[in-house]
Amino acid sequence: MTQVKQDTPLIIAGVEYKSRLLVGSGKYQDNEETRLATEASGAEIVTVAIRRSNIGQNPDEPNLLEAIPPEKYTLLPNTAGCYTAEDAVRTCKLARELLDGHDLVKLEVLGDEKTLFPDVRQTLIAAEELIKDGFKVMVYTSDDLLIAKELEAMGCVAVMPLAAPIGSGLGIRNPYNIRFIVEELTVPVLVDAGVGTASDAAMAMELGCDGVLMNTAIAAAQNPILMASAMKKAIEAGREAFLAGRMPRKRYASASSPLDDTFF
Amino acid sequence: MEIIVNGENKQVPENYTAEQLVAEMALLGKRIAMEVNLEIVPRSTYDAHTFNQGDKIEIVHAVGGG
Repeated sequence: MTQVKQDTPLIIAGVEYKSRLLVGSGKYQDNEETRLATEASGAEIVTVAIRRSNIGQNPDEPNLLEAIPPEKYTLLPNTAGCYTAEDAVRTCKLARELLDGHDLVKLEVLGDEKTLFPDVRQTLIAAEELIKDGFKVMVYTSDDLLIAKELEAMGCVAVMPLAAPIGSGLGIRNPYNIRFIVEELTVPVLVDAGVGTASDAAMAMELGCDGVLMNTAIAAAQNPILMASAMKKAIEAGREAFLAGRMPRKRYASASSPLDDTFF
Repeated sequence: MEIIVNGENKQVPENYTAEQLVAEMALLGKRIAMEVNLEIVPRSTYDAHTFNQGDKIEIVHAVGGG
């Protein structure tokens, strides 16, 4: 009987993580929901956005970091809303200062307002500049194999192809492209954007992805805390299925019960 | 003199420091980052950093995002 294989941990920029589920912190009803959903997900890495502070207009505004304390989680600042490499680089520098020198960042440079697809040209420019400045870049990109390889070659610590447009919940639109990227790259490949429900997350892991990053799929569920729990299990199930090695697909049936010794 | 803070014009006295600005905005002790004319001003230098006429200042913090 084959032994149950222990999985190797997820390693990003030299740091080990037990959870292959990474989550965003946006779109929740309030801080308490953010806190509970993030805990239920089991995620260790949580993305945050960088925005202007209110200038004393609302001193009682709840502080996000009370829900997701930096002592408990690895906060991953993103460059959401940036349409130029320049803005993305500025955002990362501010984030590094904000987080006391922590330099793991999620780079996203958008190209289109309706689809929020990445501008891969600007992404490549931003990635190169950030890496030169010592940042560890986890990069949101399209499911284009060539761009993924180029991002890895320049030194991104993780490549994160989208499953579908951000917040669309459409699941993995092109599993074959994701699989090409998984096969060809050696850095961690995480599906980021477009996951809608647990089976989408499981599928990403079955394709061999090292992890999945999601926000809306949890925050916009009817019951985000329950969905966070479902996603945790889906990531684990998909990963085990991948490690187990699925059976081959066949065009014709193959009976599971013996054909001999029938009494009829 | 006039400075611009998070997009808003603001009148401040000469030799106004970053620390004074942060205190006035009720952000002392909060987790923030500051950029002046596209350059990061480290938190440890707020008390020593004085602004000049026309400085464009951005003060940011972490919010929820995907």
